[in-house]
Amino acid sequence: MLQARLAPSRTAALSAAGAAAFLGLWSVAALAGITSRDFLPAPWDVAERFAQLVVEPFAGYTLLQHLLSSFQRFATGFVLAVVVGIPLGLLMAWFRWIDRIVSPAFDAVRFVAPIAWVPFAALWFGTGIGGPVLIIFMGAFPPVLINTYRGAKNVDRKYVEAAQMLGASHLRAMTQVLLPAAVPSIVAGLRISAGLGWQSLVGAELIVASSGVGYLMVKGQASVSTATVMSGMVAIGMVGIAIDVALRRVQQHIETRRGH
Amino acid sequence: MASISFSGVERVFRQNGQDFVALKDVNLVVHDREFVAIVGPSGCGKTTCMRMAAGLEHPSTGTVSVGDKVVTRPGPDRAVVFQAFALFPWKTVWDNVDFGLVSLGIAPAERKRRIEHYIGLMGLQGYEQAYPHQLSGGMQQRVAIARAYVLDPQVLLMDEPFGALDAQTRVVMQEELVRLARRHPRTVLFITHAVEEAVYLADRIVVMTGRPGTIREIIDVKTIRQAENWDQHNRIEDVMDQPSFVHLRSHVWKLLRSPGTGADVH
Repeated sequence: MLQARLAPSRTAALSAAGAAAFLGLWSVAALAGITSRDFLPAPWDVAERFAQLVVEPFAGYTLLQHLLSSFQRFATGFVLAVVVGIPLGLLMAWFRWIDRIVSPAFDAVRFVAPIAWVPFAALWFGTGIGGPVLIIFMGAFPPVLINTYRGAKNVDRKYVEAAQMLGASHLRAMTQVLLPAAVPSIVAGLRISAGLGWQSLVGAELIVASSGVGYLMVKGQASVSTATVMSGMVAIGMVGIAIDVALRRVQQHIETRRGH
Repeated sequence: MASISFSGVERVFRQNGQDFVALKDVNLVVHDREFVAIVGPSGCGKTTCMRMAAGLEHPSTGTVSVGDKVVTRPGPDRAVVFQAFALFPWKTVWDNVDFGLVSLGIAPAERKRRIEHYIGLMGLQGYEQAYPHQLSGGMQQRVAIARAYVLDPQVLLMDEPFGALDAQTRVVMQEELVRLARRHPRTVLFITHAVEEAVYLADRIVVMTGRPGTIREIIDVKTIRQAENWDQHNRIEDVMDQPSFVHLRSHVWKLLRSPGTGADVH
């Protein structure tokens, strides 16, 4: 922190002021009639539509069902990224030769934006769950791998030497020394991954899905219902925040356990 | 026969395109169950000697052997107590002490017995489930010593183990180590820059010079210690009062401070 902490009451007041200013500007812009209400609905129009979508199906399902569908894809892709990324990161950090083999291929692929995998996904999976999952994986995988690798590589040398002195096998060294040491870095990577994965998901659903929040938004656009589209955005934002808050809790819990 | 043998050992580093000789012509034998301290100024290469015995570094020339086997890599037969403790912060005291035993493939019942024994000896009862960050420096080093001893290693290598502790804790640890060493004699190579510590703990003292690091003199302490019966005194300050102790300490200091030891170059 560069400056002293704010009192909680101050923080709450400032946050509320920020939100109010945002909503205020939005309302004014909508009411001023800059464009028609179809293109720029007022905040209350969106709230009304949002409430409607929660109970009335649109494009096949209610908002909550769409959200669940999206979240399932996200969870699958994210879990896959974690299950592949963490072990691979540890292996690359421990065995130089694995690093040499994987790094070039990884570097070549990781700068391709997840969205750019959509045509590929469409060819391979059509509108099945595989498409979005692939794209989420492509978004979530690099931060997990990189952060695991960095966290493991930055282990204090003394722990590695102690582990070697104590006769640890490669497996024990990686799981009981590198992995615990890398946990703060890994968890930070998970937060980034989750955010990127969730963002990539929606883009993927705009093109290759038959359910989900992105799909809902495309259908909303097709029926020129901006309020529907914006309801989708609100839902996406809420879930995104929820995921980040959950991971931040995990991060804090880990930090307390380690006595920081 | 768990001896440590340095034979014609040299260690050369390449720095900025030039060869830097850290250690030159080191020949030393630490006999079975002998406690040898290496004393010297910072940078004289004494820690490097220990690390070569541990297998964490390798000599450029010559060999380092432990019990007739040339040392190539680290292992639990050559247990190390590090200056910075190097306890795993994410493991409890018990799991830290247990770690090496698991590598050795020892059965759970025997592991439990050994850990309990050394936890008792090191005064760690009640702290088995604590994490290192919850312990003081002295307690952490006790855990590190227990972790090393519990392996029943051929040799014990200690790299300025009390260097990070405050003066009072340091004295207590020295007394405990003496008691432990008398009770469970092992081959020990102990690195320190503190002369008094070396005279108090060791059977023999190896005085090293610096730049390049070589052995200047090896002093026999055990004969004097036994003749003067230092062990009858429980407290370190009583031992340090003995004229024989004072004499030895001065002798070592003079060696360290005379020209050619590199001790004056700081």
